[in-house]
Amino acid sequence: MGPSAVRLLNIFVPIKRAVDYAVKIRVNPEQTGIDLNVKHSMNPFDEIAVEEAVRIRERLKDAVKSIKVVTIGPPKSAETLRTALAMGADSAIHVEIPESAPAPEPLGVAKTLRALIERQKEGVDVVIMGKQAIDDDAGQTGQMLAGLLGWSQATFASKVVVDPEQKVANVTREIDGGLEELRCKLPVIITTDLRLNEPRYASLPNIMKAKKKPVEKLTTAELGIDLTPRLETIKVTEPPKRVGGGKVANVDELLAKLKEAGITGKHA
Amino acid sequence: MARNFRCCFRPITPCQRSRLISTYNVDVAGLTEEQAEFRNAVTDFAQREVAPRAAQIDKSNNFPSDVWEKLGDMGLLGITVSPKYGGLGLGYFHHTLAMEELSRASGSVALSYGSHSNLCVNQIHRHGTEAQKQTYLPDLISGKKVGCLAMSETGSGQWIRSDVISMSLKADKIDGGWRLNGNKFWITNGPTASTLVVYAKTAPEKGSKGITAFIIEKTFQGFSTHQKLDKFGMRGSDTCELVFDNCEVPEENVLGQVNKGAGVLMSGLDLERLVLSGGPLGLAQAAFDYAVEYVHERKQFGQPVGTFQLMQGKIADMYTNLNASRAYVYAVAKACDRGQISRRDCAGAILYSTDKAIEVALEGMQCLGGNGYINDYPMGRILRDSRLYAVGAGSQEIRRMLIGREFNEQFKSS
Repeated sequence: MGPSAVRLLNIFVPIKRAVDYAVKIRVNPEQTGIDLNVKHSMNPFDEIAVEEAVRIRERLKDAVKSIKVVTIGPPKSAETLRTALAMGADSAIHVEIPESAPAPEPLGVAKTLRALIERQKEGVDVVIMGKQAIDDDAGQTGQMLAGLLGWSQATFASKVVVDPEQKVANVTREIDGGLEELRCKLPVIITTDLRLNEPRYASLPNIMKAKKKPVEKLTTAELGIDLTPRLETIKVTEPPKRVGGGKVANVDELLAKLKEAGITGKHA
Repeated sequence: MARNFRCCFRPITPCQRSRLISTYNVDVAGLTEEQAEFRNAVTDFAQREVAPRAAQIDKSNNFPSDVWEKLGDMGLLGITVSPKYGGLGLGYFHHTLAMEELSRASGSVALSYGSHSNLCVNQIHRHGTEAQKQTYLPDLISGKKVGCLAMSETGSGQWIRSDVISMSLKADKIDGGWRLNGNKFWITNGPTASTLVVYAKTAPEKGSKGITAFIIEKTFQGFSTHQKLDKFGMRGSDTCELVFDNCEVPEENVLGQVNKGAGVLMSGLDLERLVLSGGPLGLAQAAFDYAVEYVHERKQFGQPVGTFQLMQGKIADMYTNLNASRAYVYAVAKACDRGQISRRDCAGAILYSTDKAIEVALEGMQCLGGNGYINDYPMGRILRDSRLYAVGAGSQEIRRMLIGREFNEQFKSS
């Protein structure tokens, strides 16, 4: 067997259309969810993922063969795909679900992504996605996907360096104690954290070019996936209004108040 | 943004608001999905790059030079230009949409933008030779160079827009080109422009058939500018007088044909009026959005002032006037894209939208009560900016006269 050629990298970027981060959230009158009749845009962590994929290509140049973005969502999610294409992705996959369908859950999404990845004839080397979506804040999909595929994973990435020759990704993760550096064998699932990069804005020429980029449409049925939710949302309410605090005169009074509230020195 | 005690009267920072609550009615505007996407991209850019700086630009009376390249990178400076020269190859409707959204962010930036991208760039694109287009368009479209158009003069001002005979900047034939002598006044982007489209009299005895358009470069011998004008509004759209003192221009810089300049000028004016109509629309939308939000935050007698009938009346009038002007402007823009350029309607579009924008801005200021009078609030700037359109790019009187005259010609018994 001769020396293995360095295979060109295929980057896969799952993205989600979520309520825009600047919108003022309101609970719907039925208390079953939030008012969705508001501005939507790409999940900010996913924007960071798309940006990182494009930057990896800018650094590695010809070593990157393709950047494919995928979304699971209603017809309107096509807008989100086009934004990603305008940022620099090459092609897109839209797993279309009906407008009225309930929001897919992380496990369902992970299974769908696995099915899509297994379908990619040219293989997938790096999956980069947001660490969580700002609507459900689940933060599970990346990890579940890694588990289902049996791939390495590096979550909450604040720095990513892919080495195609060594077939590894060196990822710096943000953890509670500080920064952790991991060397992950490809293929790898990476989830992005806020400080990884600042996404570019699509210029008009790129937006127009994006219209010509291919978007493949698929259904969950074709992939053999059932997205029926396993969880039932019983009630959604706003967090209770903050009540005012009180001023204490001295440390003794502070200790007394803390004891009253059940917080004693032993737990500190 | 500077924080001081007056901020307790202020809702959340204005620029944050406009992202959420513009009352622009996408359905009534009748945009296709593609046009809406285009508009959204321009809105995001304008709200991000321009709107937060609008107040400062107005205070400093200075166009921020870094904005040109940002506009260029975004692709906004060559909307109607062929992709061959780096443009987007889109139509006048798209250009008007872009003008509107930039104007909503900052009236001054939009005015300078309109002058550069339509008055200068579009004229060179429509009438330039291949060599001229290759020489001048790339830098203008990338934003590396600033462009402008010089038509008006102190002696004849707006009259030139309907009566070119009154132009007095003279161009005398010399060996290898022309020598220009005279002045141009009220020229937007004059202080910083590198590429100027200038109209001059090449054959005074031929009247309107003796005007020629030229492409002037800032570095030409004999060309200079006088100091920036101190204006009531549009403070940020740099304006000044141009001075031609034996300014020598090579023959290859004639734009279009010698003595055929009147055609270049007049047809350019129709499209200028149309695209600039986006300016008043954007200002009216900005004024309305701010006012309607304010009257629902401001409470008196235990309820938001917006619930009082007199205020409801103001909201209704502002909203309907704004939308009616928009409907007219958009209809004319779409007709122009179909090749049906109607002089009376291009003039009508800017005539109507200007009047309405000033009304909406005045009423908007009234909605803010005392706060409308304080310069911490944007309403004063919006009103001052809106007034420009009544005299800039043509005066209301000239527009009215022109439309009336068009009908007179039509009904003249032959």
